[in-house]
Amino acid sequence: MSGGNLHPGLNLGDHHGKAHSGAEAVVFGFWIFLMSDVVIFGLVFASYLTAANPMGMAGGTGPAEAFDLGSVFAQTVILLASSLTFGFATLALRHEDGRRAIARWLAVSLFLGLGFLTLEMRDFAHMIEVGAVPQRSGYWSAFWGLVPLHGLHLAAGCLWIVVMLAQMATLGLVPAVKTRLLRLGLFWHCLDLIWVAVFSIVYLGGLMP
Amino acid sequence: MTDPIFGRLDLSSFAFVRAFDNPTVSELIGAGAAMAVVLGGLAVLVILTWFRLWAPLLRVWLTSVDHKRIGIMYCVLALVMLTRGVIEGVLMRTQQAFGLHGGFLTPDHFSELFSTHGTIMIFFVAMPFIAGVINYVLPLQIGARDMAFPVMNQISLGLTATGAALVMLSLVVGEFSTGGWANYPPYTGADFQPGPGPDYWIWSIVLAGIGTTLSGINFAVTIYKGRAPGMSFLRMPIFCWTVICASIIMIFALPPLTVAALMLAADRYLDFHFFTNDLGGNMMNYVNLFWLFGHPEVYLLIIPCYGMFSEIVPTFSGKRIYGYMSMVYATMAIAVLSFCVWLHHFFTMGQSANVNAAFGIASMAIAIPTGVKIYNWVATIFRGRIRMTVPMIYVVGFFYLFTVGGLTGVMLANPVISYQVHNTLFLVAHFHNVIIPGVLFGLLAAYHYWFPKAFGFRLHEGWGRRAALLWIAGFSFTFLPLYWLGLQGMPRRSVTFSDPSFQPFMWLAFFGAALILSALTCICIQLWVSIRQRDRLAAPLGDPWNGRSLEWSIPSPPPAYNFAVIPQVTQRDEFTDAKATGRAYAEPEAYEDIEMPNNTAIGLIVCVCATALGLALVFWIWWLAALSFCAMVAALIGRTFHTETTHIIPAAEIAADHRAWLARVGVAGAVNRLDETHERNAGLAIPERPARAEPAE
Repeated sequence: MSGGNLHPGLNLGDHHGKAHSGAEAVVFGFWIFLMSDVVIFGLVFASYLTAANPMGMAGGTGPAEAFDLGSVFAQTVILLASSLTFGFATLALRHEDGRRAIARWLAVSLFLGLGFLTLEMRDFAHMIEVGAVPQRSGYWSAFWGLVPLHGLHLAAGCLWIVVMLAQMATLGLVPAVKTRLLRLGLFWHCLDLIWVAVFSIVYLGGLMP
Repeated sequence: MTDPIFGRLDLSSFAFVRAFDNPTVSELIGAGAAMAVVLGGLAVLVILTWFRLWAPLLRVWLTSVDHKRIGIMYCVLALVMLTRGVIEGVLMRTQQAFGLHGGFLTPDHFSELFSTHGTIMIFFVAMPFIAGVINYVLPLQIGARDMAFPVMNQISLGLTATGAALVMLSLVVGEFSTGGWANYPPYTGADFQPGPGPDYWIWSIVLAGIGTTLSGINFAVTIYKGRAPGMSFLRMPIFCWTVICASIIMIFALPPLTVAALMLAADRYLDFHFFTNDLGGNMMNYVNLFWLFGHPEVYLLIIPCYGMFSEIVPTFSGKRIYGYMSMVYATMAIAVLSFCVWLHHFFTMGQSANVNAAFGIASMAIAIPTGVKIYNWVATIFRGRIRMTVPMIYVVGFFYLFTVGGLTGVMLANPVISYQVHNTLFLVAHFHNVIIPGVLFGLLAAYHYWFPKAFGFRLHEGWGRRAALLWIAGFSFTFLPLYWLGLQGMPRRSVTFSDPSFQPFMWLAFFGAALILSALTCICIQLWVSIRQRDRLAAPLGDPWNGRSLEWSIPSPPPAYNFAVIPQVTQRDEFTDAKATGRAYAEPEAYEDIEMPNNTAIGLIVCVCATALGLALVFWIWWLAALSFCAMVAALIGRTFHTETTHIIPAAEIAADHRAWLARVGVAGAVNRLDETHERNAGLAIPERPARAEPAE
């Protein structure tokens, strides 16, 4: 490692000059933002757990009738894969493999992100069909407050990838674009981590006998 | 069905129409307040147009990303909202003074008043005032040129202004929530309050809360990454330490508020069941979430004020702060403990006695670090070169009154006592007793202390003293009787009462409210008189109080780039040492070009869009909500395509300005502390120490 790490996570390295040094404050700030965001998710998780009981379900549809573990597992695999492909994009950025390589990996990640959202939407449609709607019970309110919140974050991440692709095309790999890609990477991986918690607590936990 | 264009907004939403249809005293007061908002807004428009101030307002202020201008704008916002909050408080005291079996306000109007009063005083007076002082002072104290993220700083201000604007609009259109500043469901749910009131609360709080979270990130990164060389953490002024703690609280404690308010919104708008009575809703979750925010919040308010006192006391005692390290530890301890006590807001909710005991003990423990601080300040004053200027009057008022408020807090931390006085005026007396002498006195002292730095002239001393003494007396008369009434069992938030023995105390409190109103008037007069006499009060050389930290080492008002050359810090109280050893006011060996951020309108655009969004959501005008939200997102994304975001100030220009200032310092007469409030004080101090010199550290 040349020059040491200026911020937690993957650093661009000294050969990136101003983009590397400029990343120190902005990436650190973004870590703080993520901490705040994780607190939000933590609280929504806590609310979900307080509602995940017969009282919260108020005699309505339970998770067993509404969840499709196969589909959720596929979503999990897709999302974890997108984290890997995003990692390749960041490595391409660090090792200066050129705009095309970065854009290619970003596009793959975007494709996987959209695939995840498509499957998730299909699941949601199924839940609405079987009456697992937020208007039915406190439990489903908590579910619809939590899982789509992750989905919304991911949709925002997809929009962000589109913006970054446009900026790479118009502005080129200027320092601001590079540090934004670093932050987008953190955001993307963080959403992955949150999904692991969603999968374990909501889906596996909900289907436990 | 609601109207596709106007949503649920109709003629009867307007306060004037309601007063015309139903001209009771209560409605007429509401219409009068609405009239005041409309006329005030019109007056501002007319003045701006008449004096051709639109262009300078936009160019110099509203599009500025300079932390100093943003700080001043926060303080202006806070003072405007303070006026409304105080008037509401006085109105409530008047109602209760006449409230034996009646009064002149309807219960709903009274409830609206205490809801807006609380919401405004916490979110739109205390928070913006604190954010303003931090914005102004923090970069100057750590030797930085601006905040870490100047544009985000402007957006934070825009979102805070949005929240304030929504609360002000609620006077004219629709009505505000009647659920108190904590807005507990299910009472604030769609079943019990279907109108726009709680929605106003939700969107003003959520939008302003996002701004505050962003501010917290900004302050934290500025301190962690923006300090001048040599400014190690343990050389920072105590105020900067308190800002670290406050920003930690902003980052971690605002999310629960956002979550609680948005869940309430889901309940109200989409028929969710987070907090409803039926179908598995759990309103106790709301109470937990709200106070998970609410308790750290009150420390978010008081901790920076501790920091302000920690700057004022050493300066006006001519001594370094006593027990620097213990101050740092105490501040951190309070910040951490503040997350461990939220349950004391609802000891009566029904959890087990052991849980209550644990939170009770944690709450009492906060008195220990707070006591450390009080003793440190007293020890700082001890044998100092004390000047009883206006900030010091506030400090003394704070010492006595805040200690009383803290002690009643220890009483309330005991669950057994809390059960007895739960929901009585005792509680109202307690939290006003910590927030007014603690937060408000701290802010007013800070206003007086840093005003000459911001504008280059001091505030008038005589009117300041009158204001300070009236605040102290007014607070005491208004709130100390409420302790007694609370112990006698008078519930808070009562529009009327039926026990005649309460009445004398109500009249005492009413008298106190009149004193507070006079105190506020004195502050307005002080500002007016000071501006009129600004030539006599001028202190442009920058150091009117023989200050100790870096902000006093530069001209008043400081140039946009703050420091001609970033200072090299060698110790705590850097500027005091520089003056004592003759290092101050030295010309640097070389000047360099300075890169500064460009002005931008993005904060203003966000403010306008967010206000439209809030209003549209309150009145179910869906097309406007979608439009303003998309416009805001598009503007933010569009902004990221800008690459020319900074400009260069050439070294020659900086050198010329700096040398001109040094030349004025060279020929100016320095004053000693006897002349501190005299016309002669142009901001150049003779270094002075207390008679008994402090030991070297």
